[in-house]
Amino acid sequence: MPYLGSEDAVRELRRALSNPNVQSDQLRYRNTVLKAIRAMSQGVDVSDLFSEMVKACATVDIVQKKLVYVFLCSYATLNPELSLLVINTLRKDCQDPNPMVRSLALRNMTNLRLPSLVEYVEQPLAAGLRDRAACVRRVAVLGWAKLHNLQPDAEIDAAVVNELYGLLRDPDPVVMVNCLRALEEILKKEGGVAINKPITHHLLNRLKESDVWGQCEVLRILQRYHPQSEDELFDILSLLDASLVSPHPPVMAATLGLFLGLCSGLPAVSLAALERVRGPLLAACGSTSRETRFTALCHIQLLLRSLPGLMGAHYKRFFCGYAEPAYIKQRKMQVLVELVNDENVAMLLDELKGYCTDVNPETAQAAISAIGRIGRSYSDRCLEILTGLLGLKQEHITSAVVQTMCDLVWVCPQCSDTVCSALEGCEEMLQDSQGRQALLWLLAAYGERVSSAPYTLEGFIDRVRSEASLGVKMELLTTTMRLFLCRPSETQDMLGRLLHYCIEEEMDMCVRDQALLYYRLLHCGIEETHKVLHGQRSDPSLGVLIGRPAEPINQWAYSFNTLEPLRQAGVETEPASRGSPEHVTFDPKPNTDLSDTLNCSQIEKVNLAGSDGASGFTCSSAKVLAPLSLSLSPALSPEEFEHLWMQRHAEQGAEKLEEEEEDYVCLEERIQFPAIPPCSPQSLQAAMQLVNIQTLAFTPPHTLPWRVYLYTHTHHAHYGSTLVIGELLYIGEASRRVAAVKKGMEDGDVVEGEQEAGLSGRALVRKDGREEEVEVTLKQQPRDDNALKGFLSILTTVLHTLSSESS
Amino acid sequence: MISQVFILSSQGDHLIYKDFRGEAGSDVVSVFYEKVTALTGDQPPVVMSHGDLHFVHVRQGGLYWVATTTSPGSSPFTIIEFLNRFSALVKDYCGSLSEKSVQMNFALIYELLDEVVDYGYIQTTSSDVLKNFIQTEAVSSKPFSLFDLSNVGFFGAETQQSKVAPSSAASRPIQSSREQGGRSEIFLDVIERMSVVIGSKGVVLKADVEGEVRVKCFMPSCSEMRIGLNEEFSIGKSQLRGYGAAVRVDECRFHQNVHLDEFHSNRVLRLCPSQGEQTVMQYQLSDDLPSAPPFRLFPTIERDSGGRYSPRVHAAINVCATIPVPKGSVSLSQELSSPDQSAELKLQNRAIDWKIPRFIGGTQLSALFKLEVSGLSPSSLMEVGPVVLVFELPQLTVSGLQIRFLRLSPVQPAPSQRWIRYVTHSDSYILRL
Repeated sequence: MPYLGSEDAVRELRRALSNPNVQSDQLRYRNTVLKAIRAMSQGVDVSDLFSEMVKACATVDIVQKKLVYVFLCSYATLNPELSLLVINTLRKDCQDPNPMVRSLALRNMTNLRLPSLVEYVEQPLAAGLRDRAACVRRVAVLGWAKLHNLQPDAEIDAAVVNELYGLLRDPDPVVMVNCLRALEEILKKEGGVAINKPITHHLLNRLKESDVWGQCEVLRILQRYHPQSEDELFDILSLLDASLVSPHPPVMAATLGLFLGLCSGLPAVSLAALERVRGPLLAACGSTSRETRFTALCHIQLLLRSLPGLMGAHYKRFFCGYAEPAYIKQRKMQVLVELVNDENVAMLLDELKGYCTDVNPETAQAAISAIGRIGRSYSDRCLEILTGLLGLKQEHITSAVVQTMCDLVWVCPQCSDTVCSALEGCEEMLQDSQGRQALLWLLAAYGERVSSAPYTLEGFIDRVRSEASLGVKMELLTTTMRLFLCRPSETQDMLGRLLHYCIEEEMDMCVRDQALLYYRLLHCGIEETHKVLHGQRSDPSLGVLIGRPAEPINQWAYSFNTLEPLRQAGVETEPASRGSPEHVTFDPKPNTDLSDTLNCSQIEKVNLAGSDGASGFTCSSAKVLAPLSLSLSPALSPEEFEHLWMQRHAEQGAEKLEEEEEDYVCLEERIQFPAIPPCSPQSLQAAMQLVNIQTLAFTPPHTLPWRVYLYTHTHHAHYGSTLVIGELLYIGEASRRVAAVKKGMEDGDVVEGEQEAGLSGRALVRKDGREEEVEVTLKQQPRDDNALKGFLSILTTVLHTLSSESS
Repeated sequence: MISQVFILSSQGDHLIYKDFRGEAGSDVVSVFYEKVTALTGDQPPVVMSHGDLHFVHVRQGGLYWVATTTSPGSSPFTIIEFLNRFSALVKDYCGSLSEKSVQMNFALIYELLDEVVDYGYIQTTSSDVLKNFIQTEAVSSKPFSLFDLSNVGFFGAETQQSKVAPSSAASRPIQSSREQGGRSEIFLDVIERMSVVIGSKGVVLKADVEGEVRVKCFMPSCSEMRIGLNEEFSIGKSQLRGYGAAVRVDECRFHQNVHLDEFHSNRVLRLCPSQGEQTVMQYQLSDDLPSAPPFRLFPTIERDSGGRYSPRVHAAINVCATIPVPKGSVSLSQELSSPDQSAELKLQNRAIDWKIPRFIGGTQLSALFKLEVSGLSPSSLMEVGPVVLVFELPQLTVSGLQIRFLRLSPVQPAPSQRWIRYVTHSDSYILRL
């Protein structure tokens, strides 16, 4: 910020600095130097004073010396020749009896950053390594790193490197840590300082001597070490246990990082470590420094990905404080959504409801969308709150509520009635394009149930000329088309007007093209139009994904304790572009745990094949699981079930192959489901019903073998519907090592099937039988492989969800 | 590793700039300021990037304390903790933290930075080590204060006030004690922050207390200090001893220099305090408060609104209640119980601020607020509340933690003064309506 008259000021300063009267008066001299530095830090260019400052450097006043060095280091690169003059003074100071002066001189000598001076610096630096005073050695050690970075191509002096390795045994802990840092930089090309067993143990034993910063550095560098045996590993871990619960967040985080690195092959140990850091992390969340709070929150979100139950009992610690900034409140809400369960849902929703009327619109909107996410599991309570909020008649709240409802209805179709009745009268309150887009999408999906839908649309179409948002126009076209299909008499006229406007007057190509497309589509006849436009209204199978299976720690361990988690917009936030959920791309995460039962690419292939010929109109998310829907009707009584099951069983047992029975298939699968013993029948039943699978009979929990019988009907757009009956069987510890996929297909190629079973039976005997597995036997009539696989993937997801919740 | 450290005022003036590694130019200072002021409300500002350079900053004393780094693998905990510690050091050395004090003491701050960080690596932040290296004297700005005058009694007589340390006594540079000689003082503060949510029926839904014991030491040398806590102090739920008045906390963490050998038997902490401020002990307590929450609210909201407060404690000062009101509120008429209180309607925050400078313990205050709301609908009442209280309770700890004694050994030759202060702040005190 150069201010007026800066040149005058510099001239004035120079005159003062070269004035012999000033120079003889210590205090005046120092104050003049001070003025120059002040001007410098305010952004005035005082580089002209360099030669005067070099003179001012030769003084006995340490304060003045320090000030001059600040100046010299900033401007040395602009005046390499004059800097040579300083070197003499500096080298003389390196001989000074006062260690403080020696370290000061040495530090600034290396801070000048002039490659031309390197030859003068090396000798004092080498002497500095052997200095009596620790503070000089600290500076000298880092000096070598600075020197190396000045000439990165120069050859590395082996003697210096050896000396630095030797100084790792220095009695001063800061010298030791500085040696690590310097070697890390000097040997960067070779992969940093060599971390072998003796060095590791030496560093670990001296860890306690260092301060917080030193400990963090050591712990970070030790991440490269690979223990040679499991015993050694556990020795190291027990040494570090105290640091894991350190009151200093940096040490705690660095230790956990090291733990996760060392235990990457031992998930159980890593999980135990995560449990250990819960206390310190929660404490960091309540720190006085809001930046520390934020950092801790971001890292808690990481941890929750692997251990969803970690903070369950402490949900109250994530209630937002009144004065907290919006970005912390939003993170807390994201965490709260993850922590919701049957016991705390009432409290949590009460708290979130309070945030919805926050003065800050961003906080209010985040709270509303958090309620929407909880609504996927507890729809009634949440819908009540959401519809209540519409009564406030505030623009930003109404918009957020409509967007949230739109997302909610997509995964929970059972909410649609409430949503439809709530939509009346919202449109006047919606001002922003995202809210209006969401409203239009809802009208398109449920237009036949909202009596005022045509009037709302008419309003939109009347104002279409002044509509600025492209998204709204596109959505409006689709909505009018879809409403026309179910309520033709009321909408025919306005559809005509809209198409006319869009084709004749609209300037935007996208809108025009889409209007033309629809227009030509209508020419093909109503049947064709229906086929193309009849989209999916909801996708309940996405709903169960909210309780995602726990991720393995390795997926995020690399980003732990880095800047990464703080920069991300959040682990599981809604995509920024709203509008219709169909356009929200959702990619099912490839889960390594699933791989030995089913892999996702397989599902996708199956479903893509299944949707062949069906509308290619809805995009990826809808495509993946769209063609398959489950329903409970017609209901199957227990007697009928038993009859069907036993009949099939008997036939299978007799291995009676009948060519006519091609419409029947039996499939056995194993699904990892570690939560069988604690899983209660109620929660299983509830979870199954959410996706329209009826459970008929259970064995009581904690008995072996544990069985569940279930059934459902699959409906497919083109291949008709099938009945699936199934049994989940868990035999217990003894037989869990045998994992075989057996496919008994009674349609001719049974020989091949048998071979396959034999092969996979051998191949899949797993060595680490940690995960418990449940055996699934499914029978389907008539046969439809695609539907069966789709069903199996839904079932797998439900079971995983359950197991992640109960763990 | 840190590439640069700089301090900016809230207006973006460059106060301090130091480049440790020469990896980026000084122009990034303005880049940072542009970025940080351009953020919208919901974007987290703590970490921002500009090309390869990452800015990490904290806000303390109304200033931006920024560190830049080129490696995205740096630990955010370390950098943030360092910036906080550095600002605490500056506060110790300059006496207070403000734009003015940083400007006046820039030489001292450069000197500090030089010793604390070398080539981007944090060397030490311990004030014991640093005091040997720091040579510059702090310049402290003393605002003219009537309090100093009031200390001079009539005819030179001692007044009452001279026996009480002024509240600003602890905000002075630690090194100034060197020349003032006799003023070797120790302040021991027990500070608790409450975050409470009270439901509409007066039920306590959440009550957390974060507490800390802080020592601020102005003694040039102090060998050992013994702090005695309540004898019935216990940690964790299982350790409840005896009946009744136990002081219990859930979790407790100590500074690494604290010797705990006498803690388990006598609840005595031993430490050798270094100059400046340090947190000796941190503790937290969730849900089970030993006493009822200090304030209750009895609201009556009709189409006319009113409410009463009743505190159950000694006295509170600087109480401010913020009552959110419906959006269309136009004007406010009020009936307050005493003339020193004030209330005003802040349309921007959509709230009434009711300020009560002094609140005597055990009493009730009532106020009647009448709002004129345009376009009132039945659901507008949803927007009223929750009420937020901001207050300061001197001489009180919610957890009941007390300091039994504070002894210095060996006994200081110079007359030393020891001050023990208790205060409870409201971190977030929310009363639902």
